[in-house]
Amino acid sequence: MTLTPELDLRFREAAAAAGLVDVAYDVTDSPIGDLLVAATERGLCNISFDPDDAADRLARVFGRGVLRVPSRLDTVRRQLDEYFEGRREAFELEPDISLLPPFQQLVLHELAQVPYGRLTTYGALARRIGRPRAARAVGGALNRNPIPIVLPCHRVVGASGSLTGYAGGLHVKQRLLELEHALLTPPDS
Amino acid sequence: MQAVAVPPFERFYEEHRDAVFGLLVKRVGRQAAEDAFQETFFRALRAYPNLRHADHLRAWVLTIAERVSIDAFRRLRPAPEVPDLESVDERPAYQELLDLTSDLPPKERAAVILRYGYDLPYDLIGSALGSSTEAARQAASSGVRRLRQKELP
Repeated sequence: MTLTPELDLRFREAAAAAGLVDVAYDVTDSPIGDLLVAATERGLCNISFDPDDAADRLARVFGRGVLRVPSRLDTVRRQLDEYFEGRREAFELEPDISLLPPFQQLVLHELAQVPYGRLTTYGALARRIGRPRAARAVGGALNRNPIPIVLPCHRVVGASGSLTGYAGGLHVKQRLLELEHALLTPPDS
Repeated sequence: MQAVAVPPFERFYEEHRDAVFGLLVKRVGRQAAEDAFQETFFRALRAYPNLRHADHLRAWVLTIAERVSIDAFRRLRPAPEVPDLESVDERPAYQELLDLTSDLPPKERAAVILRYGYDLPYDLIGSALGSSTEAARQAASSGVRRLRQKELP
């Protein structure tokens, strides 16, 4: 006798509601491909362009209590949809970056201030956190951004305006910036 | 023996959910199996962070399901247990023990069945019963002592 999808979902939701799940995740489709989205009790903790082996990768960071719970990601999914449809410029989501090293948290907090449709540079971010010579370290912290799109590392480019790199591939970075009409303005320097 | 790393709960759940549900339907019927299913995986998820290896996960979760179905069955029908005809032709070790141990206190009974019917290590037994490794060991050994006394004239 196999389990019905209703009972399966009922368990998943009840487990999350009871606070027994370390991290809830789901896979959602988007114009740039399937996205893994994951949240802890504290907030959104991961968006990944590569949903394969999601449970294993999440478990390594957040603990074994990993469970796919679609309803827990409803708000995230809705806001991402709105963003990709050009109907949302700012996300109203609580990010959980509490497990990251302090320097990276600092960089990501500053990154979150970069407005929709605007470009900035690694050097400019480094200056804004009061570490003007740490542009390279800022780049490293952004490379490992666990919540791309919502924490907008796609808005950070090289000093010359080149796109440099992106976890989802440069074509995705280009696509997000086109969506935001960001390429029409020069980066803040 | 090389201990197998404990998989994320999602993979454990996907792998065993159908077997657990099948067992529960046999034990308590389709209706009661719905709640029992949820209770089984709740207990497993609560114990999951403390598992030290993944060697007997199928046996472990089926044992939790057996415990849950015993509890559910008691609630449904406080009368004597009805023999399960479906499983008579392939009686696993734990089935024999279920009969032999029917007079033991519940915790000792579960510990004896898990240790000698499923060959589980005490740390897994402890987590299945919601007690420490040492308490599981004591429950199993006092259960065995009680069984020995029963056999003596």
